Amino acid sequence: SSAAMAAARGRALLPPLAPLWARPGPRAPLRAAAAAPSQPLYDVVVSGGGMVGSAMAAALGHDIHFHDKKIALLEAGPRKEYDHMPDSYSNRVSSISPGSATLLSSFGAWDHVCSVRLKPFRRMQVWDACSEAMIIFEKDDLDDMGYIVENDVIMSALTKQLDAVADRVEVFYRSRAVGYTWPLPSHSCDTSPWVQVELADGRRLQTKLLIGADGHNSVVRKEAEIKTIEHHYDQSAVVATLHLSEATDNNVAWQRLLPTGPIALLPLSDTASSLVWSTSHEHASELLAMDEESFVDSINSAFWSNINHSDFIDTAGAMFRSAISLLKPSGTAVRQLPPSVAKVEPESRAMFPLGMGHATEYVQHRVALIGDAAHRVHPLAGQGVNLGFGDIACLAHHLSAAAFNGSDLGSLKHLLKFETERQRHNVSLIAATDLLKRLYSTRLAPLVLLRTWGLQATNALPPVKVRI
Amino acid sequence: QLSIFRLTAKRPFSTSRSSVDSEEIKKFQLLAQKWWDEEGEYSALHSMNDIRVPFIRDTLLSMSSNYHLGSPLSGIKILDVGCGGGLLSEPLARLGASVTGIDPLEDNIRTADQHKSFDPVLAKRIQYKSSSLEEIVEESMETFDVIVASEVVEHVADLETFIKCCSQVLKPEGSLFITTINKTQLSYVLGIVVAEKIMGIVPEGTHEWEKFVPPEELEHLLESNGFSVKTVNGMLYNPLWGSWSWMESTSLNYAVHAVKSGAQGQSGPTDALSETDIQQHSATAGTA
Repeated sequence: SSAAMAAARGRALLPPLAPLWARPGPRAPLRAAAAAPSQPLYDVVVSGGGMVGSAMAAALGHDIHFHDKKIALLEAGPRKEYDHMPDSYSNRVSSISPGSATLLSSFGAWDHVCSVRLKPFRRMQVWDACSEAMIIFEKDDLDDMGYIVENDVIMSALTKQLDAVADRVEVFYRSRAVGYTWPLPSHSCDTSPWVQVELADGRRLQTKLLIGADGHNSVVRKEAEIKTIEHHYDQSAVVATLHLSEATDNNVAWQRLLPTGPIALLPLSDTASSLVWSTSHEHASELLAMDEESFVDSINSAFWSNINHSDFIDTAGAMFRSAISLLKPSGTAVRQLPPSVAKVEPESRAMFPLGMGHATEYVQHRVALIGDAAHRVHPLAGQGVNLGFGDIACLAHHLSAAAFNGSDLGSLKHLLKFETERQRHNVSLIAATDLLKRLYSTRLAPLVLLRTWGLQATNALPPVKVRI
Repeated sequence: QLSIFRLTAKRPFSTSRSSVDSEEIKKFQLLAQKWWDEEGEYSALHSMNDIRVPFIRDTLLSMSSNYHLGSPLSGIKILDVGCGGGLLSEPLARLGASVTGIDPLEDNIRTADQHKSFDPVLAKRIQYKSSSLEEIVEESMETFDVIVASEVVEHVADLETFIKCCSQVLKPEGSLFITTINKTQLSYVLGIVVAEKIMGIVPEGTHEWEKFVPPEELEHLLESNGFSVKTVNGMLYNPLWGSWSWMESTSLNYAVHAVKSGAQGQSGPTDALSETDIQQHSATAGTA
C-alpha cells in the first residue's frame, strides 16, 4: 500500500504518525518491466569501470560470502593493457590515504601498486598566500600520511585483481548502459522484481542490485531521479608532471592557498612532482597555452612570491604567532621550503573543470551510488577518490553481512545503513572543503585575518589537526 | 509461519482441509498478497530474519566440520513448517540449503511459488507444498536434516502430535528450531493488546493467548518425545526501530534449538555413561 511505502523511514511507528516525518514518496521511481526470465540475472551489477567501480567489483569478487554470486562490471571504454608502465609519470595522480590503502590491500591490489611505483609522503604543508600562516600535518609516529599514486597504476592493480576472480566477476568492456528500468518495491505477479539494464548494443541484463559508480554525471543517478545539490566552481584544475631543480627527499605534499585557487605539488619521486593547480578557467587556459619556460616560472612564482602579503596582515599574523608561542611553545611550525621546479614534462599539461556535488540520497530500492556519482568535491582536500574508497569499504561490509544472512541484496534495509554511515562522514567533509575553498578565495583583509588566525590556531591544536 | 490447522475437542483428527476453521482461512487469505511487502503487515516477520537466520546458520555451522563460508548451508535439507509466503525459506535457500516449505493455505503457497520463480537459484533449491505436517509424514520419514517451525506452534492445537510428527520426518541427530511466544501476563499485554490492538504490529486476531506455549511446557514435550533441548533464548521486538534482539528473559518471544536423539533410541550425551565412567566401573569391578 502507498501508505506503507511512504512510511519507509518511520516504518515501525504507529500508522497515523508515520507519514508526518517520513520521506515524501516511495524510495523508487515507478517504471516496472514485464518479467523476462531469459535475460541473464546477476546478483550485483556495477556500472562504471573507473577506479571506484573497478575496486567495488573487485572487493565483492574477493569476498568469501560472495563465493557463489554473479557480479558484472560495465565499462564503456575498451580494456586497457597496463603491462608496460611508461617511464614517465602520468599526469593524473591521486593522493591515497592509509585507509584507502587498507581497502586495496584487503583484496590484494595494494601489493601490486607497491611493486609498480608510488610515493609515500610524511607531511603536508599548507599555507596561505596572503600571510605567513601555515599548517603542517604530520603523523607523530614514523608512519606515512598518505601516498601519491598514478591513477593508471591503481587501475593496473585493480584489473589484475579482477582477472583473478574472473569466474565470479564478468567485466563487460565497450558496454555503455543506456537505459535502466526499475522494479516496484512490492512487485505484483507479472512484473519483474529486478533492475533491467539495457546496453548500447541492445543486450540486456537483470540484476538484484545496481551500483552506480559512473562519475559525477552519473546516468544511474539521473535515471533513478535522485536529486543533487550541485555547484560549478568557476575554476578548472591544471595538472602536469614536473621535474624538480634538484633531487631531494621529496616526502612532503605542498599546497599554497592563492586567492585564485590552491596550487599543490604532490611528490612522485625524488626528482619529480605532480602539479594540481586550481584556478579560473581563463587562467587555466593561459597556463596550458604558454610555453614551457613561462609555465615553470608561473609555478615557482606562485609558490615563492609574497605579492599578496600586506603589512597589516603580516603584522597581525606575527603578533598572533608570538601570542601562541607564549602559550604553547611548540605550537608554531618550522617552515620548510618547497622545492623549486626546473621543467615540465612535455605533453603532460591538461585541464578539467571543477565542481562540487552531493546527491540527496545515496540509495533506493535495489540501487546504490558510490564515488563521484554520489559526491563530488574540490581537489584542495586531496580527498576525492578516498571518499569513494570509503564508500566501497562501507558498502562491501554491509553487502557481505547481508549475503551471509541470506538476505535479498537489493533490500533497502542494509542499503540505508550504508547511506546513513557515509552521508554522516561525507557531508561534513564536503561542506568543510567547500567552505575552505570559498574562505581562501578572497583577499579581503577581515577574512584573511580570520583564516590566518584560524590556521595558526588550528596548527597549534593537536586534537583539531588529528581530526582533519 | 502462520499454519492454521486448529482442532476443536469435538472434531476427530483428520486432514488439515476439514479441520481448518473457514473464518481463519478467510483472514489469512486476505493477507496472502501482503507477505512480501517489507514495510507492510508482515514487517515484524521480515525483520525477525535478522536474528533467526543467523541463529539457525551459526548453530548448524557449529555442529558441522565441513562447510564453506560462501554457501554455509550447502547440502542441508530443511523443512520449513508453516512457511507462509516463504519469508524464511528464501534466506535459508540463499545460504545453500535445499528447502521444502509446507503450509496448509494454498494461497500462501501460491504467493511463495510466485515470489521464488524470478530467481532461478531459489526456484531450484526450494519446493513448496500446500500441506499439513501430518500429510507429509508417510512419504518423508527421516528425510530432513533440519526442521524449522517459526511462529507456528502457537497456532497448533495438538502440540504433542506436532512434535511427534517432527521427530518422524527428522533424521536421527537432526535439528529442530522453534520460535514462538510465551504464555505470560506480559505476553498478553504486549503480544496481544499492544501488538495487535494498539500498534498494529501484528494483524488483529492473529494470535490467541490461550494457545501461547510456555518454554517449560515446550521443553518437557520435546524431551519426552526423543529430543534433547540444547538452547533456549529470549527474543525482544523493538517497535520503534522495527528490529529484534536477543534477551535473557523468555517472558515474551523465545527461540529453541533441540536435537533428535541418535539411532537405536539412545538418549542424549547427558544421560549416557561417559567413557571414563565405564572404565572406572570395570576397573573397580576388576579389583573388587
